[in-house]
Amino acid sequence: MRRILLFSVVLVTGLLFTGRLFYLQILNTSYAGLSENNAIKRSFDYPQRGHIYDRNGELLVSNQPSYDVMVIPREVEPFDTLELCKMLKMTKEGLVTRLEKARVYSPRLPSIVIPQLTKSEYAYLQEKMRKYEGFYIQKRSLRDYQIDYGANFLGYIAEVNQSDVDANPYYQSGDLKGRTGVEKQYEEVLRGVKGVKYIQKDRFNRDIGPYKNGSLDTLPQPGKDITLTVDAALQKYGEELMINKRGGIIAIEPATGEILALVSAPNYDPALLVGRERSANFTKLWYDTIAKPLFDRSLQAEYPPGSPFKTLNALIALQEGVVNTQESFACHSGYYYGSRGRKLGCHHHPSPLSMIPGIANSCNAYFANVYRRVIEKYDTPQEGMDVWKHHLASFGLGDFMGTDLPIGRPGFIPDSKFYNRSYEYPKYKWFSTATISNSIGQGEVSTTPIQLANITAAIANRGWYYTPHIIKAIEGSSEEIPEEYRTKHVTTIDPAHFEPVVQGMNDVYNYGTASAVRIPDIDICGKTGTAENYTKINGEREQLTDHSIFVAFAPKDNPKIAIAVFVENGYWGARYAGKIASLMIEKHIKGEITRTDLQDWVLSNSLEDEYAKPLSGAPFYINDGKKLSGVPEKPQL
Amino acid sequence: MAINTRNRGTFDWIIILLYLALVGIGWVNIISASIDPTESYNLFDLDNLYAKQLLFMGLSIVLIVFILSLEAKFFERFSSVIYVISILSLLGLFVFGKTISGATSWYSFGSFGLQPSEFAKAATALALAKYLSDIQTDVKSFVHQLRAFVIIALPALCIIPQPDPGSALVYAAFFFPLYREGLSGIYLIIGSVVVALFILTLAFGPYYVIGGIFIIAVVLLILNRKKRFGKRLYYILPLAAMLFVFSVNYIFQNVFEQRHRDRFNVVLGKDVDMKSIGYNTYQSEIAIGNGGLSGKGFLKGTQTKGDFVPEQQTDYIFSTVGEEWGFVGSTLVLFLFVALMLRVIVLAERQKSQFSRIYGYSVAGILFIHFLVNIGMVTGVLPTVGIPLPFFSYGGSSLWGFTILLFIFVKLDSNRVNDW
Repeated sequence: MRRILLFSVVLVTGLLFTGRLFYLQILNTSYAGLSENNAIKRSFDYPQRGHIYDRNGELLVSNQPSYDVMVIPREVEPFDTLELCKMLKMTKEGLVTRLEKARVYSPRLPSIVIPQLTKSEYAYLQEKMRKYEGFYIQKRSLRDYQIDYGANFLGYIAEVNQSDVDANPYYQSGDLKGRTGVEKQYEEVLRGVKGVKYIQKDRFNRDIGPYKNGSLDTLPQPGKDITLTVDAALQKYGEELMINKRGGIIAIEPATGEILALVSAPNYDPALLVGRERSANFTKLWYDTIAKPLFDRSLQAEYPPGSPFKTLNALIALQEGVVNTQESFACHSGYYYGSRGRKLGCHHHPSPLSMIPGIANSCNAYFANVYRRVIEKYDTPQEGMDVWKHHLASFGLGDFMGTDLPIGRPGFIPDSKFYNRSYEYPKYKWFSTATISNSIGQGEVSTTPIQLANITAAIANRGWYYTPHIIKAIEGSSEEIPEEYRTKHVTTIDPAHFEPVVQGMNDVYNYGTASAVRIPDIDICGKTGTAENYTKINGEREQLTDHSIFVAFAPKDNPKIAIAVFVENGYWGARYAGKIASLMIEKHIKGEITRTDLQDWVLSNSLEDEYAKPLSGAPFYINDGKKLSGVPEKPQL
Repeated sequence: MAINTRNRGTFDWIIILLYLALVGIGWVNIISASIDPTESYNLFDLDNLYAKQLLFMGLSIVLIVFILSLEAKFFERFSSVIYVISILSLLGLFVFGKTISGATSWYSFGSFGLQPSEFAKAATALALAKYLSDIQTDVKSFVHQLRAFVIIALPALCIIPQPDPGSALVYAAFFFPLYREGLSGIYLIIGSVVVALFILTLAFGPYYVIGGIFIIAVVLLILNRKKRFGKRLYYILPLAAMLFVFSVNYIFQNVFEQRHRDRFNVVLGKDVDMKSIGYNTYQSEIAIGNGGLSGKGFLKGTQTKGDFVPEQQTDYIFSTVGEEWGFVGSTLVLFLFVALMLRVIVLAERQKSQFSRIYGYSVAGILFIHFLVNIGMVTGVLPTVGIPLPFFSYGGSSLWGFTILLFIFVKLDSNRVNDW
């Protein structure tokens, strides 16, 4: 016993320690990553975000350096507080609280004292910062907008939130990411790839050199520049025309599907969402629930399409063979249907009308007749309804467009299922007349302005279209644009059937509802729309002033532009939308405006009073039938 | 001299090789633990700890040559003198000592410091061996036990107020030679019970432990109720144990400082903040755990490079071994230590001279306490006690102290053929 005590104690201790090591190093894996957390820090090298150009090569968005005043609390030496406060334009209390906050966060890590100085502030501070130990100025890159319009499609970038970080490990807290518009859609192209440096830290979190001699480090890949299809001049002009109005303008090049202008009104200056005032400005925009400047009406607003929808009904009727271009229908200031004398009203125009003058005069009775024939061609209204919807779907209606803008709405095109559900079929039956409002683009159907622009482009092309898109080229990319925007979509309508409809749209300008806004030398085809719309005020359903809608393309042959204009509560089609559309077409095709009186009228007229009515309780022109001063009597639909 | 020529070949090469291996591996790890990653090697710049350690290692060789060239009998004859000088050097610290990180344990010579407590271990071992091997001394006699105890306690008492309780704790190692030479087993039992009660009290609180003692006492009483003699012990011992438990609790709560309590609580797995109180232990466990099976490789340990484990070149050097050389490397180091200690014990047992045997046991015991407390601390199973890992930890005094301690034994062992 006496001889073996120490011997065995040593042996047992050695074995116990071996066991402990086995546990720590082999069994327990929870220690494995901890040292990396402790000791390895990743430092990122952010590349410049790509620039954005318009179709003519005009620079829209670039980058600007921004300067943050940083502090490392531990390194701060006693300094002249008053002088620094004066330089930084902050109160002494403000500075002291900021420094205390930084110290609490970490005495050894940099914190921001003042974010995003301007260039001139930086120039002033740069010289003097040196004598303040522990303070320094760090350069960052922010967006620099060369234009004060187009915010709706350019979008903005913002710091990532936790869900972004969870969804994509590429992002780290503090990174910037495209939030809306092109910045979001082409985020990966624009941002490039940040470089990573692994840095070995000591226990005070100080750098002590590269980890594994930098073998894991990567270089940043710069962001690529992109060129948009947008024509900056046209966009700017469109936004100017839409000042004091709400709605959207979408101009598309029919031959390519390229979006020439994407106006949503009201809009805002994209520069508002950059820099020190970003947060305050964003709050202001976000909480403007009346004008909703952050709501892109051109892409997201679902409106009843109104009379432009008639062109589609005409095309479907021709395709289904239920009518020819010669047959005329009488209009008795409307269309009477059903056994109880229901009426779909119409305005004054010559009667009876065949298809081409029917479109030109926008006769409701004509389209009610042909729509009924389409639905009733089949044994059941259900079948007819679905055929009708199938044709419309080929124009991209009733579903998301698939544009390269990250937002959008599908609109709505009803089908038999929808009506079966509404009318509790087969308990109750429904017939074509129940859906008669669809014939004139009212009732259940709804579309977004970009969908209207797209059907106009499809008509202009006589039966096909490219999905509207905003990307024209990506720097250094061999393929021009994504495949889906180079794929032709062909509608279900025979190209031959388009000619009478196009002629009808041409006559809208020649003698029809838009004869007042003709442009000399340009052969335009268009269609007015005046859409009824309702809202609830104090719990009661009230009809608001009609929306003003206009779709057009020009020239008639080899069209260069297809446009849809939507002005909320703009009285009637030709009053606002028609004028705006014709001005936009002239701007695009001629590059200058000859009819300055028309332009001045649009620029000087405001609908803000109209938008204030539901809030102020002022009477609507449309409800009580009273004429408001300066507003002519309500003309044709 | 004829005797010396004869003995030159009988140095125990196993011990010498183990020693060289440990010192060499230790130095490699000191490089890792102390090198500034932003600079390159420079073995000649004495601002670098590894360069200094290399110098200490060179001087150790000189010491070894010196010790081995002395007469073996020198140590036995001069043990008392050496002991007295050693005690005086410890006492001198109270007057001339230099305070480094709170402990007045050093004599300062320029940029170098000498820590006499590192040498006092060898001196005490010599003195104890000398006293116990005296033909007059009877280990079983209480008076002689007391004298032996004084020899051991004197240096310990000089060291405690430095304060350096870790180095004082090492003197517990002399229990092993005493026991080997015939100290009653009662001490062993009492010692074990005291340690067990101490740990149990801290882990479970005094009331559970007292309840446990009470139940055991009652059971023993009932089992031995027919015994006629010694029954009083069944009352006295449990009472003494209970009293001890209370006093442990009292001392722990009132005499210990909070940092001492924290160190126990960390090891006992009580709820403590691993970012502050348990920092050392936690970071050390992380470093060792980070090593995995084969380790991160020389100079590649992230914990070590980042200097996360405090005192990683001295007391916590084993965490660097664990991180950079993994389970394989650290088990090898454990194996070398165990092999060295066992070799010393085996050699001690084959000594003919009682002096050599007692000295050998003292050496093995001292190495063992260092090994136990240091590795236990670094792997997080024992409370934090500042005590170096022999041959490994950075520091000249520590290296020389252990070198002297070990090589005196090598010398004594080489001379055993001349003993009778």
